[in-house]
Amino acid sequence: MEKHVVVIYPHPDDEAFGAAGTIAKFRDEGVPVTYLCGTLGEMGRNMGNPTYANRESLPGIRKKELIKACEVLDIELEMLGYRDKTIEFEDKEEIAADLKGYLDKIKPSLVITHYPDYAVHPDHNAFGAAAIDAVAQMEPEIRPTIWAQAFSNDHLEALGMPDIMNDITPFFDKKLDAILAHDSQANLSLNQQRPNEDPALDAKERAKMRLGMEQFYTWKF
Amino acid sequence: MKPIEIEKVQEILQSYENKEVYVHLETTNGAYASHINEKAYNVGAFIRNAKLAYSKATIVGDGKTYRVGLKTELGWVYAEGLSDWIINEDEQLLLAGHDREGRLMVALEISEAPFK
Repeated sequence: MEKHVVVIYPHPDDEAFGAAGTIAKFRDEGVPVTYLCGTLGEMGRNMGNPTYANRESLPGIRKKELIKACEVLDIELEMLGYRDKTIEFEDKEEIAADLKGYLDKIKPSLVITHYPDYAVHPDHNAFGAAAIDAVAQMEPEIRPTIWAQAFSNDHLEALGMPDIMNDITPFFDKKLDAILAHDSQANLSLNQQRPNEDPALDAKERAKMRLGMEQFYTWKF
Repeated sequence: MKPIEIEKVQEILQSYENKEVYVHLETTNGAYASHINEKAYNVGAFIRNAKLAYSKATIVGDGKTYRVGLKTELGWVYAEGLSDWIINEDEQLLLAGHDREGRLMVALEISEAPFK
């Protein structure tokens, strides 16, 4: 059993869409989980549907949503204070040192983060790379396992099948609650019909197809 | 935000003329555009807290979407596709344009104090 799981993603809602089922499973087993959330998603495009947020009010709204999602998932939250869209331009070593400070304190047995270069958003790629650097700097005997999440369209071709495939359908309702806590962001992402999806399915079934499996690659040092 | 009322916005834009102001200017189609649709392009730009002064401000439009031009000492600030406005609790003028799903596509914001 894991001792403590640390989730390292840059945006409020990355944890909900990407790993909420896995997180819920760990919490169900009594494993403590901490989310190190890089930014407040200050530059998000979704302003609620119908629109109720604006560029200046969005960070405060997303902060409240993030806190609520972490309550839903029953996990600890640390907000790291970086700015959305800018992580890749910061000093990578400084971010790695910042993350390592948390890891040294929490001493997790597992870290969940994005797979650098295969996680679509530049913030995902940069924050994932910094997280992996932070773990790499730890002594091998206390180093946590890393589960890296890839979802770019070319990730299967480049990386092969992920070795961790969590069917999270038993925790799907919890995951949906976590996603819905991010009210300003959730509706469109959940309901949007993607070109490759069966239009006969209703929104929840589509969401289950898309979000019912959480996949990770165990990072090899 | 609410639909742009051109006379009111014109008046507020003019109230900042020849003052030192902070500008947030942005356009985006999101970080996932080409992920969701491989034929799409990811395009975006923003400048936050550009400190400048303009001598003349004009808003022009057809009743639905509007353009704003701010004439500065050496150049221009320009935004197209603006449809909504608000003066927020920090007394900042926020102008934005949204797509039919309510997602922000363009923003032009002016403040006498730096944006947070």
